[in-house]
Parts: sequence; structure tokens; C-alpha cells
Amino acid sequence: MKTSSRIASFFKIPKLSYRVWHVWRRDRDVFMKTYKVNFIPPLVEPVLYLLGLGLGLGGFVQLPGGLRYDVFIAPALVAVSMMYASFFECTYGSFVRMYYQKTFDAIIATPLSLEEVIAGELLWGATKSLINSSIVLAVISLFGLVSTPFFLLVVPLSFLVGLLFSSIAMCFTAITPNIDSFNYPAFLFITPMFILSGTFFPLDKLHIGAQIVANIFFPLTHATTLTRAMTYEGLRLNLLLNLAWLLATTPFFFVLSINMMKKRLIK
Amino acid sequence: MQSEVLIEAKSLTKKFGEFVAVDNINFQVMKGEVLGFLGPNGAGKTTTMKMVNCVLPSTVGALSVAGLDVTESAREIKKMIGVAPQEDNLDPDFTVFHNMIVYARYFDIPKSEAKKRTIELLQFVQLEEKRDVLIDQLSAGMKRRLILARALINEPQILILDEPTTGLDPQARHLIWDKIRSLQKQGVTIVLTTHYMEEAAQLCNRILIMDNGKIIEEGEPPDLIKKHVGEEVLEVAYDEEVLKFLKKTFPDARLDVVSDRIQVFTNQPKGVFSRILRRFDFKAAMIRDANLEDVFLKLTGRRLRE
Repeated sequence: MKTSSRIASFFKIPKLSYRVWHVWRRDRDVFMKTYKVNFIPPLVEPVLYLLGLGLGLGGFVQLPGGLRYDVFIAPALVAVSMMYASFFECTYGSFVRMYYQKTFDAIIATPLSLEEVIAGELLWGATKSLINSSIVLAVISLFGLVSTPFFLLVVPLSFLVGLLFSSIAMCFTAITPNIDSFNYPAFLFITPMFILSGTFFPLDKLHIGAQIVANIFFPLTHATTLTRAMTYEGLRLNLLLNLAWLLATTPFFFVLSINMMKKRLIK
Repeated sequence: MQSEVLIEAKSLTKKFGEFVAVDNINFQVMKGEVLGFLGPNGAGKTTTMKMVNCVLPSTVGALSVAGLDVTESAREIKKMIGVAPQEDNLDPDFTVFHNMIVYARYFDIPKSEAKKRTIELLQFVQLEEKRDVLIDQLSAGMKRRLILARALINEPQILILDEPTTGLDPQARHLIWDKIRSLQKQGVTIVLTTHYMEEAAQLCNRILIMDNGKIIEEGEPPDLIKKHVGEEVLEVAYDEEVLKFLKKTFPDARLDVVSDRIQVFTNQPKGVFSRILRRFDFKAAMIRDANLEDVFLKLTGRRLRE
């Protein structure tokens, strides 16, 4: 095959129908069966971070303009929860359904196509991001760390960010030889992002090279910047750049991940 | 048997890289029949089923189901097919009942109708008492029955059963066989794969024997037995002298030596072996009816397949 047509085959626009929601509903049904357990991490984690880092470590931290440290990290916790919820849903979660449970095989024997199955998984991953980050958002507002009405925009933002992380995750799922290999993207991609996306200290404290990397390659940088603006800083024009970055990369990885999964599963 | 062709494959070929899994096969499935695909592991049976079910594209050849082409009308075809796969792919997070309801959703069956059908089908496969049980609490036989019930949720015209009774005890196997027979009576066309010759002989109107991706023989079980291995088989304990004697007595017969036994296959009519046995006293001699397993082993050999 010619290189150009090989590349094009990774970006074929998938044919999707409303049946995507059947897959989404299946995943939702499983989630609802165990919802009490599922709500523990997004409730407990931000409380621990806010107490341990915000109040504990925060006493030693001096931010520009005398900003309180718990105010600074609270929106980052919301953004981080978007990343974790969707990334892990579409790596470990999707892999278990694909490989161990053969759920995808069962569904594609019905009128659904594989493209629709993967799209449904991605939308569910985005929904997990929305659910978890909304809970974290509720927690930080109970701590009094939300001060603008724009916080409502975090909800649609979390779906977009979740869709992006789900799609990136699904690309790893398409190439991983086994479930243990998810340690590579988890430690080489997710953990560095968790620390270095302007989450726990302002990005401008980093070397300029690291700043460029964080802005070009880390979705969490943009998610954090936007969430921070929506919870206490207020909106400003240059946020459109962050939003544009997310809006450009999301469809790219969405289409790429579906085609990569097709190549893995349909020989 | 009606003579309407429901599934037709012409020069169907499937390659995985260099490996040819299905090699230029032609076959037809008639409306209302039970057709069995027999073959050793790796013969290409499951690959063929997956192409019929539109989940695996063919490399070369034409394949149509109910007059529709599999590459153009996958969705329409999948609507009229029910599939019971070889592997258990039930949803472990759901109960028996919810597995059926979720599967019905994939076919756009309205919820009230899905509930009604689920109740009927669980009764049909005798699982109504297990409706609120999670999948991992079911026995292997119950899982197979649930997979069969799930395959029927869309009231399919065509049912594909990939090794429907592998690993089941005789009771569970006979229950599944009963269900397959009653589905055929209701007019469902059934395509099944199996390694169990008894299963094929019991259920199938017609069988295709596959080996190395090719169809090497096809026909109705009694005809195939008569054609390839005759009506009776004589088995005696292995002995050099006896072997020589049998070769001389039945010059046209096929003699197989399998571990410590000699098997004699002949095209001569019934009774020829009993006349011999009346005159000579062979050790551990036995005359039995020829069966499909004899045909299968003759055609595919005794070499182990993985």
C-alpha cells in the first residue's frame, strides 16, 4: 500500500448512527449497578488533596498576588479528575470489555458496527469525565473555592476534555499487547502531565522548553487553564486558544482511535 | 425440504496475511435445513461463520444472505441472523434477565416487547428460575442455553451455532439438541459447526466437511457413510497373521491399523463379516455399524490438529 493511502486509512471518517447510544447505555447500566462505589474516589480524593496539599503544604507556599494555595489547586483537581476518569475508562475498562469479556464481539454480531461500538465507548469515557469532575466541582465549591458563575461551563468542558482523553486512551488500547502495558502511558504520559500542566505550581516557574512542551503536548494544561478561569479567574479572550487546541485535537484522536481499533479487531 | 437458497458462497476466500484460513469454497444453505460444518480445529469453520455473520470481511469471493450481499448490507443481514458464538461473551456485570434486555436494545426491540420475548425465551431454554442470577453463578450448560436464548431475541430467520455443545455433559447436550430440533420445526434455518460426529448425525440434514480451509466433502450423513466406509466395520485385535488373512479375504477392503486394533472397511453389503466370524475365532472381534466418525477420520486423517 502507498504511504499516503496508508495514512489516509487511519483518518477515514467513521459511519455512525444513533446506535452508538446503545453501547453508551450498556456502559451506563454497568456503572449504575455499582454507583455507590463509583462515587467514592471523586468525593474522597479532592478532600484529601485540599486538606493535605491546600491547607498543609499551602502554609509554606507563596503565590504571586498572595493567592491562597488551595484556591490555586482546586480547579486543577477538577481538571485532573476529567483526565483520570476518561483515560482509565478507555484503557483498562475498554480493554477488559474487548479482551477478557468479549463484549465487543457480542455487540458486533448485532446490527451495530465496530465503529459504533468504539464511538459509544468514547462517549461513555467522556461521560465518566463529566460525572467525576462534576462531583469534584461540587466538593471544591463546598470548600468555598468557586467564586465566579462561569463554573457552570466546566460541565460541558469536562465532556470535551473527557472525549479527548478517551480518544487518546483508545489509541493506546488499540496497540497494547496486554493489560500490564498500560503502565507505559500511565507513567510516561499521564503522571508527568499530572505534575507538569500548571496544576500544582504556575507553569511559568518551569524552563521555557518545558512550558512549550506542556502547551503543545499536554491536554491537561489547556483543561486546567480553562477550569481555573471558569472557577475563580473569570473569562478572557486568550482562553479561546486553549479551547481551539482542544477542539482541534479531539476530532483528530476520535477518528484516529476508531480506525486504529478497527485495524486491531477486524483483520 | 424447500429448495430456496438462503445463503450462497462463491469462491469464498479468507487470508490472514499469508495464511489462507478459508480457501476458495462454494456452498449453499437451503431455507429450513440444518447444515453442519465439520472439521478439525483450524479447518476454517469459525472463520466461515464470521464471514456469513458479516463481522469478518472476505478476502476474495462473493457471499450473499437472503439475496443480500454481505459487504453492502451487513446491517440488514445481521438483523435477521442470530449467533451463538463458541466463546462465552455474556455480560458478567448483568443478571440473566438484563443480559437479554441489553442485547435486545442492540436490535432496537422496544422494551416491553424485549421483556415479553425474554420471559418466553428463558422458559424455552429452561432458565426462568435463574432470571435474577449473575452470569458467573451459572453452570457451563446454563451459559450455553442463555447464549442460545440470546441468539433468538431478534426472532432470527437464520441461526448460526458455533460448537453449540462443546464441553457440556450429556444431559445438557441433549437439551440443546432438543431445542435445535424444535427451532428447525418452527422454520428456522440453522448452520452449525461441530467436532461431534454424533451431533452432526443427529441434527444435520446435510453436512460439509472442511479441512485446511477447503470443503473436502458434502452430502447427507447416511449417504456419506455408505459412500466412504460402507455399512459395517469389522474390528479385531491386531495380529500379523490375522492381518495377512484379512488382506487376502477382502482384497478390495481398506484396512486401518489403529494402535492395537485392525479396522476393516468394505463396500460389500451387510453380513459379510458375520459369515467370516462364524468360521474363524478372532481375538476381541466386533462388528459395528459404520458411522460418520469413520468417514471423518478417513477424509481428514488421524494426525493431531492444534
